Amino acid sequence: MFLWTVLLIVLMSAIAYVAGRSRAAGLVVADGPRLHSLPSYHGLLVAAGAMLGGLALAILSALVLGTQSVVTPAAAVIGAAIAAVPLYSRSAADFRARNAFERVVLVVLVACSAVAVLTTIGIVFSVLFETMIFFRSVSPIEFLFGSHWSPTGTPASFGLIPLLVGTLLITVIAIAVAGPLGLLSAIYMAEYASPRLRNVLKPVLEILAGIPTVVLGFFAALTVAPLIRRTGEAIGLDVASESALAAGLVMGMMIVPLISSLSDDIINAVPQSLRDGSYAMGATKSETIKRVVLPAALPGIVSAFMLAISRAVGETMIVVMAAGLAANLSINPLDAVTTITVQIATLLVGDQEFDSPKTLSAFALGFVLFFFTLALNYIALRIVQKYREQYD
Amino acid sequence: MTEVRDELVKKRYASERRFRFYGAAALALTALFLAILLVDIVARGLPAFTEKTVALDVKVDPAEIDPAQLAGGNYDKLVKDAFRAEFPQVTGRAERKALGALLSTGGGDALRQMVVADPALIGKTVSVPVLLGADAGIYLQGMLTDLTTVAGKATLNIARLEGEEGYVLSGDTSGESAEQQLGLTAGQVVRFKGGALRVTGMQNGYVRAEAILPPELPVITLPAGQWDSLTFSVPESNRRISDAQAVWLEDLKSEGRIQTSFAWRFFESGDSREPELAGIRGALVGSLLTVAVALALALPLGIAAAVYLEEFAPKNKLTDLIEVNINNLAAVPSIIFGLLGLAVFLNFFGLPRSAPVVGGLVLALLVLPTIIIASRAALKAVPPSITEAALGVGASKQQAVFQHVLPLALPGIMTGTILGLARAFGETAPLLMIGMIAFIADIPQGFTSAATVLPVQVFLWSDLPEIAFKSKTAAAIMVLLVVLFALNAVAIYLRKRFDRRW
Repeated sequence: MFLWTVLLIVLMSAIAYVAGRSRAAGLVVADGPRLHSLPSYHGLLVAAGAMLGGLALAILSALVLGTQSVVTPAAAVIGAAIAAVPLYSRSAADFRARNAFERVVLVVLVACSAVAVLTTIGIVFSVLFETMIFFRSVSPIEFLFGSHWSPTGTPASFGLIPLLVGTLLITVIAIAVAGPLGLLSAIYMAEYASPRLRNVLKPVLEILAGIPTVVLGFFAALTVAPLIRRTGEAIGLDVASESALAAGLVMGMMIVPLISSLSDDIINAVPQSLRDGSYAMGATKSETIKRVVLPAALPGIVSAFMLAISRAVGETMIVVMAAGLAANLSINPLDAVTTITVQIATLLVGDQEFDSPKTLSAFALGFVLFFFTLALNYIALRIVQKYREQYD
Repeated sequence: MTEVRDELVKKRYASERRFRFYGAAALALTALFLAILLVDIVARGLPAFTEKTVALDVKVDPAEIDPAQLAGGNYDKLVKDAFRAEFPQVTGRAERKALGALLSTGGGDALRQMVVADPALIGKTVSVPVLLGADAGIYLQGMLTDLTTVAGKATLNIARLEGEEGYVLSGDTSGESAEQQLGLTAGQVVRFKGGALRVTGMQNGYVRAEAILPPELPVITLPAGQWDSLTFSVPESNRRISDAQAVWLEDLKSEGRIQTSFAWRFFESGDSREPELAGIRGALVGSLLTVAVALALALPLGIAAAVYLEEFAPKNKLTDLIEVNINNLAAVPSIIFGLLGLAVFLNFFGLPRSAPVVGGLVLALLVLPTIIIASRAALKAVPPSITEAALGVGASKQQAVFQHVLPLALPGIMTGTILGLARAFGETAPLLMIGMIAFIADIPQGFTSAATVLPVQVFLWSDLPEIAFKSKTAAAIMVLLVVLFALNAVAIYLRKRFDRRW
């Protein structure tokens, strides 16, 4: 039925366009008044009316009668006719069809831009709504400050702290890897590398940035984790097979291109005159970078790190595949820990009952995650706005 | 004075070199990681692109096939019978079962296709390549155990012990002990025509052995060269192919009956519980359907939003709100979009679970900010003089934008869109939430049928314990990466081809 509805609306709009256009073209007579708008605008206006009218009535009927009803295509045709016929009969030589059509287009453009806002509203409400229901059975205090997480246990307990600690542990490892590597790469690319070398190195980082996280998760779980385990055992350490270190290391490598490309742009934006001034004082290149360029670029670099942290906190597949499921409250990188995203994924995969606290707790975790990343992004934005130096 | 200054300069120059080295080292480390990652994936994945078949002469018994229902015949039984006929000495129930387990459960498929295509074959004997099972395939690829085969250098006498289980092996009657003459140690397998024994230990200068494939005669003498000793690096209890199965496979191999061919099956079939039959066709089709929905929604929406924000939006609070919103959405973790899809599309609107249409909707919202931001940058890059010239000759603002600015910005928009598409193609987490993780063996037929996508297939397979699935996973990753690299290459080509400096 869906396909038929779409086809019929397209067909009706095409008919409306041809009809509107030919009627307007028929209005042109020798020595008569000139048309205000081109005939095609008359056609477009009638067609737009048909399309919007058809869509409106079709959606209405689908909402009332369900998507499978045979009435929906019929409603589309009727809606298109109702909207198109008055527009068709209105056309006259002095009718401002172009202006009317452009108003319709503008409204459509605004509606399209509003989709992004609607998405945010949808996210906030869907997460908030389920979280509220969750808080009916589990108190927010217990959720936020509880130190035990076991949603499937009896009795089930929903304490966020172990997940938060696990998430932060892996994030810290990731940033400890990605921060120095990303920043040093950016400095080398921006300040030392010749254009030819840049042309080789940039694609390497872009390829790494484009590798899906499920691939990195596979690599972390099957290659990196056993390697770390074997190395640990060789030097007498007790390493969990799903250690936080493996997930954190690979996640760090995932973030290197993000930090590096953001920092690269920021370092390049520092004006050459600052460097020249420093060289003129006899400073070496590295002294210039450390004492002049980096301080000037600091707000941007901090904001890049914020975005990187937000990326690490929200990353799912690497930790689902390489980190553990059991919520251990530990800050030892060789232990298995679990993260917020792992729990959301495991709680919601498979059959869900929407009235059990187990399923709803995933939405509460999503709520925490959403506001955590939102706050980080906001801070990043504010830092750049507040401390950015205006050079030109 | 000058000495102190020279010292200082030296130190400063050293620190300069050190700093430069750190930068180069960071980049080298990153590149090394990427190289190891890719090599590891390719090394793991390559075996999955070949499959092992054994050439069998199968008598197409009319009793097993109903001519009215050619496809419904019991081809698996025909093939298994033909395979067992290759080893007439295998009679025990457990041994026959172990022998049959070497073939894939889909081993009769090739024969079925041949007979369906040409019913005249019924009653004749045809030569068919029969697919081996996953464990046999992996064994033959050398991934289960290393095997050293040494041809016997001395004469071997085998005698069955009367009254007790087992055999004694001895060399000729010269002075050396049997152990030294034969060069056998415990755990090795002695293979000869008509049987195979496993060495259990030494006793009174004799080598003791137990039967894997018991020979028919109680006493056998084998001259040098007529027997082999096989040494497996992994003990029998730690691998999925027993010594007996290994000997059968080695026999077939030395007869040249095992064939290696390219596994078209991997691209032609859907998911399966049997590793050797599993393919990525279903996941690829699911990915295409899902990404098509995402593209059909996100491209027009994204371009429209970008055009509005860049060209028409008045500078006011509402516009600011929309802009901040889009930037924030671009940084929201993808799993949150999965929660949105679950709560809104599945729960509220009641759309079907696991369907590409829902996956496409979620991915469209996910990549929308990326496309808007890229499109705005492309629109911004078109110089204002274009708009001004159009306005100057009497075009309306919309005419100027849609007829002049937008076409010039289109290559940039396409580049951004393709990159967004690549992201959608590799996205996994939000699709797990909306149920695209179910085991689906059929190729999805449409936008509303249950489907999975390639990255989710990777995730599903990576979780399975069989070794064969690990290499299937890596192979699926290789396909995924090839698609992504191709998309990126197209984007780079577009950028280079249409890059215009104003």
